[in-house]
Amino acid sequence: MNAPLAIPLQAKDFKSDYKPVWCPGCGDYSVLAAITKALAMLELKPHEVAVVSGIGCSSRIPAYTSCYGFHGVHGRSLPAATGLKVARPELTVLVASGDGDGYSIGGNHFLHACRRNVDLAYIVMDNHVYGMTKGQPSPTTEPDWSSKLAPGGTGLREFHPLVIALASGANFVARAFSGDPNGCAAIIAEAVRHPGFSFVEILSPCVTFRPEQRAWKDAVHPAPVAPTDDPARAARRIMTDDGFNIGVLYKGARPPYSGGPKAPTATIEDLECAFRL
Amino acid sequence: MRIPAIEQSYEAFMSRAYAIEVEAVERYTQFADQLEQHNNSEVAAVFRKLAEIEGLHAKYILDEMSWPSLPVLPVPYASNEPEGPETAPFDSLHYLMQPYHALEIALRCEIDAVNYFEDIAAGASDERVRKAASHMASEEREHVSLMRDWMKRVPRPKAGWDEDLDPPRMSE
Repeated sequence: MNAPLAIPLQAKDFKSDYKPVWCPGCGDYSVLAAITKALAMLELKPHEVAVVSGIGCSSRIPAYTSCYGFHGVHGRSLPAATGLKVARPELTVLVASGDGDGYSIGGNHFLHACRRNVDLAYIVMDNHVYGMTKGQPSPTTEPDWSSKLAPGGTGLREFHPLVIALASGANFVARAFSGDPNGCAAIIAEAVRHPGFSFVEILSPCVTFRPEQRAWKDAVHPAPVAPTDDPARAARRIMTDDGFNIGVLYKGARPPYSGGPKAPTATIEDLECAFRL
Repeated sequence: MRIPAIEQSYEAFMSRAYAIEVEAVERYTQFADQLEQHNNSEVAAVFRKLAEIEGLHAKYILDEMSWPSLPVLPVPYASNEPEGPETAPFDSLHYLMQPYHALEIALRCEIDAVNYFEDIAAGASDERVRKAASHMASEEREHVSLMRDWMKRVPRPKAGWDEDLDPPRMSE
C-alpha cells in the first residue's frame, strides 16, 4: 500500500501549550488557527518566525504560538517589529494587533511602518470595539453604534485602515474574515511571501460586546476583481466597496527597506589619519 | 459533488477522510478547552465526549489502512477550501451555552458529514472509493441518530439562557 501524503510541519506544531483565554466564539481563535496554518503552508519552522504584538485581546497571540514572541507596549508593536526585522532580516516577522492598538494608540506607527516598507506582515484583527477594556468604541466603530459607554454612538466617522495603508505606502493590502480560517491562512501566507510591508485586515467578530457581528459571515463575499498594482485604483475600489470584500486587494512592487545608506567602511587607520594634526 | 482529483484514489480519499475526523477531534477539544477556561465544565464535558466519538472514526480509518505513518494532507489542498464538514465553526460557542446547544452544533456537523460522504459515493468512479464513502456516510448517519437521542436526554434551554446580569467580561 502506498504511503500517505506527508508535509514537514503541521499547524499544531506552531501552537504553544497555553490555552487561549478569549471569550468562547471570539474570531481571534480562528485567526490563531489561520496563522499557524499559514506558517505550516510556508514550510517555516517555529524558530524562524517571530510574532510581535502590542496590547489587547488580539495581542495575546504570541503566547499561543511556539514561535519567538514579544508582547510589547500598547500600540508599539510595529516599532518593535521593525527593529527586530532590520536587526535580524532572516527572521519572518509577523505583527499582531487590533483596531484599538493598531489604529488608535499605534496609529502613527501604522502610517510610518507603511511608509518605511520593511518586510513585515501586519495582521490586524478588527472587531470595531475595545474588547479587553469592556467595550469602548474604537477608531473603526460605526458612528451610530450605541452602547452603555457611548450612548447614541460617537457620531465620529470611522477610520479607513485599508485606504490609509495604501496612501501611506503599504506594499500589500488584503481583507480577510476570521470565519474562514483556511481562506485567512492563504491570505496570510501570501502576505508573508510578498516583499515589503504587507497589511492584512481581518474582520474578527467580538461576540461579547458586538454580538451582532456574528452576522458578518452572511455579509462577507470574495472581492469581485483580481488585485491591482495601481494604488489609486485599489483605493477607489476600497472606498466604494461595502466593507466586506474579502481577498487580496493590492499588490505593489515597491522594493522593501533594505537598511538605508551603507555605513562608512573606514578603518581605524583612516580615522586616525583624519584626526591627525 | 465533484471529487477533487486528489481524492480519486482510494488512499487519497482515506487520507482525506482521516484528516476530516482529526480536524473534528481537534476542534471539539479546543471547544472543551474554551468552555473549561470559562468555568462551563458541563458543556466542556460534552465536547470532550464528542471529540472521543470522532476519534473512534479516525481510529477506524487508521486500522483499516495500516499506514506506516500518520497521513496529513498536502498543505495547499488543506488550506484552499473550507474546513471539513465535521468541523464546527469557532463562532458557534457562547460562554453560557448548555449541553443542548453543543449537541445542536454536533448534529449540524454530522448531517453535513452524511451529505459530504454521500455525494462522494454518488460521484465516485473508483469502486473502492464508492464503498468506503458509503460506509463513512452510514457511520455518520448513526452519529446523527446518536445526537438526536442524546438531545432528548438533556434539558432544552429556556428563552433568555444567554442573559447574564453580572457578565464576566474579563477572563483572568
